[in-house]
Amino acid sequence: MAHTETSGTNRRDFLYIATGAVGAVGAAGLAWPFISQLQPDQSVLALSTTEVDLSPVAEGQIITVQWRGKPIFIFNRAPKDVEAARAVPMSQLIDPQPDQDRVKAGHENFLVVIGICTHLGCVPLGHQGNYDGWFCPCHGSQYDSSGRVRVGPAPLNLPVPPYTFTSDTKIVIG
Amino acid sequence: MEGHSTYQPQGKVARWFESRLPLVGLMHSSAVAYPTPKNLNYLWTFGAILTFMLVCQIVSGVVLAMHYTAYAPVSFARVEHIMRDVNYGWLIRYIHANGASMFFIAVYIHIFRGLYYGSYKAPREVLWILGVIIYLLMMATAFMGYVLPWGQMSYWGATVITNLFSAIPYVGETIVQWLWGGYSVGDPTLNRFFSLHYLLPFMIAGVVVLHIWALHHVGQNNPAGVDVKSVAKDTVPFTPYATVKDVFAMVVFLLFFAWFVFYIPNYLGHSDNYIPANPLSTPAHIVPEWYFLPFYAILRSVPDKLGGVLAMFGAIAVLAFLPWLDTSKVRSARYRPLFRQFFWIFAVVAVGLGYLGSQPAEGGFVIASRILTVYYFVHFLVILPVLGLIERPAPLPASIADAVLAKGAKGAALPAAKA
Repeated sequence: MAHTETSGTNRRDFLYIATGAVGAVGAAGLAWPFISQLQPDQSVLALSTTEVDLSPVAEGQIITVQWRGKPIFIFNRAPKDVEAARAVPMSQLIDPQPDQDRVKAGHENFLVVIGICTHLGCVPLGHQGNYDGWFCPCHGSQYDSSGRVRVGPAPLNLPVPPYTFTSDTKIVIG
Repeated sequence: MEGHSTYQPQGKVARWFESRLPLVGLMHSSAVAYPTPKNLNYLWTFGAILTFMLVCQIVSGVVLAMHYTAYAPVSFARVEHIMRDVNYGWLIRYIHANGASMFFIAVYIHIFRGLYYGSYKAPREVLWILGVIIYLLMMATAFMGYVLPWGQMSYWGATVITNLFSAIPYVGETIVQWLWGGYSVGDPTLNRFFSLHYLLPFMIAGVVVLHIWALHHVGQNNPAGVDVKSVAKDTVPFTPYATVKDVFAMVVFLLFFAWFVFYIPNYLGHSDNYIPANPLSTPAHIVPEWYFLPFYAILRSVPDKLGGVLAMFGAIAVLAFLPWLDTSKVRSARYRPLFRQFFWIFAVVAVGLGYLGSQPAEGGFVIASRILTVYYFVHFLVILPVLGLIERPAPLPASIADAVLAKGAKGAALPAAKA
């Protein structure tokens, strides 16, 4: 039934679709660089890790450093702050997570969190609120000494960024 | 012009919209049904290629502006940041830099096409003058864009070109300081050039709309240079005939463009522009970009500051008067045996001036520049007016259809003659 095949699809249809397909691939190939140029460039990626010396941070002090343009809170907690954070029953937490999971073993006094309220992105104020932690001036969310949300409207705890201790007094974030 | 068909909106929504804003109908009449002379050759695809190049320059330029900073102490480094840090920044910058050259290659072919086939003659005078305005805007845009990387050629190009205005008697110095926003080319100059470099392409786009409007109002010229007498016999609808031909020519042109972008991206540039701008030292051999060279040669050939500047601007301004300088009623050079020879002499003179503009201004080069500059003006001011009076044109075909059929008959006769 060769004649039915040729009447269904002829040479012109093939050329038409093949040309269109090559054109579409070419257009997509050309579009990609114009989309990709909006992504973080090499000079931004080069700044994606931050080294912090913790030795000047006194007990009870909160310092703020910058990592990828964001504020990072580093809180050198007093033993009572750690105990208070670990004594809270999970049932009282909005976003339940034990304090042990939010710090590095052997360095339980240091809390490192991203200082951006999980509600709408404001930077909370340290040593304020009723939970020995942070108070967000924008909409009144409160965080405890483990950076966990205790009073809404924020839905989640302050996130812990990826970081490692490179020595007893130095961390690398990112 | 009356087209091959009229847009009939299909369906309720299309009819509702069309009765309120006849946009689809306008697109149909100007890009689908629009009658194009059936004898157009590939030189008539450069309008579409130029439209594409304008879009290409605007798109790549908007992207570059996202990563660039117009501030004299950092602009050079920002361009290197685009080349090294930004994802595909090298590609987008090379597209933009070489795109400027491609734009000028296309516009020169387009202009010489118009010169050869008499596309500037009645009723296309306004269409032609709008084209001259676009050409001037293109030159201003290209010049200011070349200043933005803030290299040595940027800086000294800006200095030389702005100093052209110092030739104006009495107020020259004041005007130049006003252009600079200071006592030399500096940060204020860079900032205003960046602002205008971003603005002018959109002005070009506006004039292009007028250019196309004027074109579609009077209809395209064609290689025979005779008017369309019958839409049915002399023309074919724009779509698919002209659209497909334009797209094919564009693809071939893109191959040429891509070869520059990917293999010789700096061939048309100057290595001195990879040295940061230094207001205390001029490069030893300073030349403008290739597309300005003929005018640069004219500027240098006149041994007087004001005279040179006037000759240079006059060389462009004379184009606007061309419709009235060429006194012949016959449009196409195909039927003008004398004009055809003078056209090619003029083309060689224009390219020769470009070559001389790239050479040092000394010795024989200066003498040659002077001879060619005089010839450039003689061509427009003496030869063209006189030719129209003394030339005996070849007989014109009765219609476009006749011209096409005559050519076809000649082609068909050849094998017959062999047999």
